[in-house]
Amino acid sequence: MDRLASQAPLTPVEQRAPGRWQVGTVTSIKQETPRVKSFRIQLPMWMPHLPGQHYDVRLTAPDGYRAERSYSVASSPLDEGEIELTIDLLADGEVSPYFHEVVVQGDQVEVRGPFASYFVWRGEAPVLLVGGGSGVVPLMAMLRHRRRTMPELEMRLVYSIRSAEDVIYADELGDDAVLTFTREPPDGWTGHTGRIDGSLIADADPDFGVAFICGSNGFVESASELMMQAGVAPERIRTERFGPTG
Amino acid sequence: MNGFVSRGFSRRRQTPEELADRLPPGQYAEAGFPVLTAGPTPDVGTDAWSFRVDGMVGEERAWSWEEFHQLPFETVPCDIHCVTKWSKLGTSFGGVSVDTLLDQAEPLGAYAMAFSYGGYTANLPIEDLTDGKAWVVTEHEGEPLPREHGGPARLLVPHLYFWKSAKWVAGLRVMDHDEPGFWESNGYHNYGDPWKEQRYWTD
Repeated sequence: MDRLASQAPLTPVEQRAPGRWQVGTVTSIKQETPRVKSFRIQLPMWMPHLPGQHYDVRLTAPDGYRAERSYSVASSPLDEGEIELTIDLLADGEVSPYFHEVVVQGDQVEVRGPFASYFVWRGEAPVLLVGGGSGVVPLMAMLRHRRRTMPELEMRLVYSIRSAEDVIYADELGDDAVLTFTREPPDGWTGHTGRIDGSLIADADPDFGVAFICGSNGFVESASELMMQAGVAPERIRTERFGPTG
Repeated sequence: MNGFVSRGFSRRRQTPEELADRLPPGQYAEAGFPVLTAGPTPDVGTDAWSFRVDGMVGEERAWSWEEFHQLPFETVPCDIHCVTKWSKLGTSFGGVSVDTLLDQAEPLGAYAMAFSYGGYTANLPIEDLTDGKAWVVTEHEGEPLPREHGGPARLLVPHLYFWKSAKWVAGLRVMDHDEPGFWESNGYHNYGDPWKEQRYWTD
């Protein structure tokens, strides 16, 4: 006992565990599309996530009222100390309008994560990513991480969006992305238009090992249906469907 | 993090007071019925469907769709709470009490694994499945349960987060020990009480 008592008191260290609420600082905001913004958030208890994982965000009003939502991480876990959350504005929502209309650089936001380990990329290859609208967000974490760690590894993104102005991460989409515009393609567009179909998936990668599909329920249903019709076993198809995340 | 206030945030969503008490922490009331599934939607016809109780039981039992519909049918008014933060208040399902099903099989263990067509699993203590707390339902609000919501039949355990209410349920395996199911192995809480906000492993 004496020996222990003579030691200097231990400095309490906050545990770096998923699940603990922490107050992060918004270091930058990027307007991706008229309805979508990306927020870089610096975290005091950052830990690396798996591409595809999400964080929970909690807003607290002065009267104690709280609203919580989950958002996928868009950044690679190599971005040490921070995460990027890309948030789609839902008009009748509660959390996304706050991020879009109130949050400015330097603001503090309460978050916890990273969570869930099924819709995550652990280095499987070849991989086909299929995203509809803001369903591209967790897929972008996979694509970004692959580019920085294993650029030669086969990973293709099929990305369905309504019109040119709705393309999130437009400046980052290269040869590894195949786009289709369901409403208004950009002027002079010679690529795919209309909803996702079998030829689009075949063009992107007919021999993928694992597919990650993310988007609205209708989008995920039709994309996974197409794959199964093409003979893909359901075990090779991982899906994430939006709940209402306003 | 006690005392943290989000600059410039105030309530936007008004939940009527009589409903507000029925919302667990961190949840909001959602009028719709969102679909969340980790893979493609299985297509299980009622001809092929059966429900079985096996594992550590006095007698393994299985019911075809037709036999299942000979069992006492109940309408279950309830609130449901999804771990992704939405709750659906004041909805209803129709089906057979798990008590009825387990009684006929005599469970000998204290735990169960619900298993589904498509491979999904969810673990539950037997005591959360008995005494009028759980059902195998084939109807939602008076209509056949839609396929995307687990039709033809899903488990309904409204007092736990809704991932425990396994869609496309095929049976219950009674066990003498607890084992994590699908989401319980992938970061989500082993028990999942929404009133204690048991969302993830560390909750």
